[in-house]
Amino acid sequence: MFDQLSDRLQETLSEVRSRGKLSEADVDAAMREIRLALLEADVNFKVVKSFTATLKERCLGSEVLGSLDPGQHVVKIVNEELTALMGGVSRDLTFAQSGPTVILMAGLQGSGKTTACAKLARHLGASGKDVALAACDVYRPAAVDQLVTVGEQAGAHVYEQGTDRDPVEIASWALDRAREEGRDALIVDTAGRLHVDEEMMAELVRIRKRTKPHDVLLVVDAMTGQDAVGVAESFAEAAEFDGVVMTKLDGDARGGAALSIKAVTGKPILFASTGEKLEAFDRFHPDRMASRILGMGDVLSLIEKAEQQVDERQALDLEEKLRRDQLTLEDFLQQMRQVRKMGPLSGLIGMLPGMGAAKQLKGAEVDEGELDRIEAIILSMTPGERANPGMINGSRRKRIASGSGAKVQHVNQLVKQFDQMRKLMRQMASGKMPDPQQLAQMAAGTPRPKMRRR
Amino acid sequence: MPTAWEEILDLGTRRAAAPPPQAEEERRGVFRRLRESLSKSRRALAEEISASLFDRIDEQAWERLEEALILADAGVPTTAAVVERLEHEVEAGMVSADGEAVHERLIEILAEVASTGRGPIDLSGEPAVLLMVGVNGTGKTTTIGKIAWHLSKELGLSVVLAAADTYRAAAAEQLAEWAERADADLIRSVPGGDPGAVAFDAIEAARARGADVVIVDTAGRLHTQGNLMDELAKVRRVIGKQLPGAPHETLISIDATTGQNGLRQAKVFSDAVEVDGVVLTKLDGTAKGGIVLAIANELGIPVKLIGTGESLEDLRPFDPADFARALLSE
Repeated sequence: MFDQLSDRLQETLSEVRSRGKLSEADVDAAMREIRLALLEADVNFKVVKSFTATLKERCLGSEVLGSLDPGQHVVKIVNEELTALMGGVSRDLTFAQSGPTVILMAGLQGSGKTTACAKLARHLGASGKDVALAACDVYRPAAVDQLVTVGEQAGAHVYEQGTDRDPVEIASWALDRAREEGRDALIVDTAGRLHVDEEMMAELVRIRKRTKPHDVLLVVDAMTGQDAVGVAESFAEAAEFDGVVMTKLDGDARGGAALSIKAVTGKPILFASTGEKLEAFDRFHPDRMASRILGMGDVLSLIEKAEQQVDERQALDLEEKLRRDQLTLEDFLQQMRQVRKMGPLSGLIGMLPGMGAAKQLKGAEVDEGELDRIEAIILSMTPGERANPGMINGSRRKRIASGSGAKVQHVNQLVKQFDQMRKLMRQMASGKMPDPQQLAQMAAGTPRPKMRRR
Repeated sequence: MPTAWEEILDLGTRRAAAPPPQAEEERRGVFRRLRESLSKSRRALAEEISASLFDRIDEQAWERLEEALILADAGVPTTAAVVERLEHEVEAGMVSADGEAVHERLIEILAEVASTGRGPIDLSGEPAVLLMVGVNGTGKTTTIGKIAWHLSKELGLSVVLAAADTYRAAAAEQLAEWAERADADLIRSVPGGDPGAVAFDAIEAARARGADVVIVDTAGRLHTQGNLMDELAKVRRVIGKQLPGAPHETLISIDATTGQNGLRQAKVFSDAVEVDGVVLTKLDGTAKGGIVLAIANELGIPVKLIGTGESLEDLRPFDPADFARALLSE
C-alpha cells in the first residue's frame, strides 16, 4: 500500500539529501517528481497542484535553506504536509450519550459497504459494544442475505425485513428495535447509489433525517481515480457525511483519491479496511500513514497490534525461559500462534521501518500454508518431545511425519532449525549480539515462511 | 453509428434466432433508449465544442488537454503520448491549426488508442465458455446477468451460468436471480465449495443439454492476493482440461471510477488467466473510465463492452469514437 509513492518520494529526496544544499532548481526537480508520483497515486489533479505549491513555498523558505541538512528537512516537511492532507490527528466515532449510537453507511455501488458494515460491527463489538445492523439495501439481489451472513460472522444482530419495504421504513423500524432491545450501536447498511441519481440520493437524505445518525460514513474504494472528489462533494451535499471509510487498502492501490477527499471536503478518513478477514479493519491514523508513505515505518500500529494479542504474563514467562535457556517447541508453537493472530504476516512486514525500501521484500508473500505445516508437525509430537526435542530420534520422526502429513525431511528441518534458534537465543541472553552470518544462515534454512516474489 | 451487438459477437457457425415477435415492442424500447442516450452525448459534444479546448492553440491549450485527460484517469504516460502526438502533428502542419480540426483529430487519435487490439467476443465454441474475472465490487455478477439476458432473450441462445464465486456470502443467490431473469440454467455449489468443480460441472451440464454458452462467474479478488490468483489460474486450467480451447473468451470487469490501479489489475489478471477484453462498468456516473485508454495503450487489451446502468439493456458494445468524445466532455 502506497509503496510506489513512498519509493518515488524517497528516490527524489535521496537525491536532494546527497547534495547537502538546495537550489531552487533542486526544489523544482523534486516537485516535478512528487507531482508525477502523486498523480500516479490518483491524488486529484487540483489537490496535487495546490499541494506541491505549498510544499515548494515551504521548501524554499528560510527554514530549509538555513538548516544544516536541507534534504532531511524536506522529508520532514513532506511528512508534515502529507499528514495534514490526510486530516491531521485521527478522529474517532461520535458516541451517543444515551440510547444506541447510529451510524449510517453510504457510498457508490461496489465500494464495499456491506463488508465494511460487518467489519465496523466487529470492531465495535471487540470493545464490548452490543451492535446491531440494519439491512436497508433492498435493490441489489441478495444484498440482505449477504449482510445477514457477514453480520452473524461479526457477532452482530441483523435487523432485516426482506426487500419489499421502503428502506426508510426499514431503517426507522430497526432503530426502534435497537432502542427497545437496548443495543449500544446500530449500523445502517444502505444500497450503493450513484451520486448523480437524484431519486436515490433523496432516499438517502430521508434515511438520514429519519434515523438522525451520530455519524454518516462515506465508504470509498482505495482504487478510485480522479472522480472520487466529485463523488464525495455530491455525497457531502446530500448525506452530509462526517467521515470516510477507505476500503480495499490491502491491494497495491495507492489510495490517493481517498486522500484527496479530505483535502476537498474537509472530512477525515476514520477507518481503513486492509484485508479479507473481518478483523482487517483499523482506525486510520494520518500521521502514521504519512510516515508509512515516506518509508519511515508504522511501528506504533505494530506495537498496538502486538499489545492486543500478546498476553503480558505469557510474555514474561517466555522471557524467563529464554534467559534460562529452557525454550521448548511448545513455547515456539504458542509464539507462532500469537504472531499469526496479529493478521497475515505479509501485512505486518509493511509496518516495519525500512521495509518499505527493502526491495527484495516488495510483493513478498509469507506462505501461511508453510506455517500450518509447522503447527501440524509440532502438534503431532508428544508433550515430552515438545519439551525435549533432543529425544526425537529416527523412528519418532517417522511417526511425527506420518501423523502430521509432512515428510520426514520437514520434521528434520524443524528440529534442526529450532536447535539453531536456541543457540542463538543463548548467545543473545548472554549479551552477545548474534553473528549476522549466523542469522543469515538460519534464515536460509527451512522450515521458514516461504517468500515468494511476484 | 454505434457498434452493434452483431459486430462484437463471433457466434461461429451458430445462428442467432430472430427475436421472438412479442419482443419487438421491447426492442423498440431498447433502440429508443439508445437513441436517447446518444442524443444526450451529442448534446454534450456540442456544448463541449463550444467551450472548446482549442479556442486558441497555444501552450495553455495543451495544458488544458493534459488536465482533461488526467482528470479522466487516462494516466500520465498515455496522456503524455496523446498530447505529444497531437502537438507534433499540429506543428508539422499535418493537421490544420484550426480549433475544430484539431479537436476532430484528437477524437480520432483517442479512438485509435482505444481500438488497440480490438476483436469480437469469441462465442464460436461448442459450447462457448466465457470466463469473467475481476476485483471485488467491479460488477462481475451484474455484467454476467446482462450478457446472459442478451444472449438468451435477444439472440435465442441457451445459456448455462456457473456460480464459481463460492466465497462471497450470497453471491450464488445474486446470480440465481439473474439466471431466472435471463431464463438461463444455473450450476452452483455449497458456500466455500471448489470453484473449479463448479466450472467443470457447468461445462458438463452444458454439453449434456447441448447449450450454446457457459458463463463462469468467479469470486472478486484483489490482484495482489497471490493465493487467490493461483486459484483463478487453476479454475482456468480445469476449464481447459474439460474442454480443450476453453475458455474461449476471458473478460475482466473494470469499474469506470477506478484510477491508475486499473492498469495493475488488468496486467496481473492477464498474467494469470490471459484476459481477452475489458468490460468497463458503471459508466453512468461522472467517471470517464479513461483508465481503459491506458490499458489499451500499455497492455494492448481492448474494451469490448460497457455497462451504463442498472437495467438489463444497459450493457452495450464498446464504441471507440463515442467513448473518445465522452472522455473530453464536461
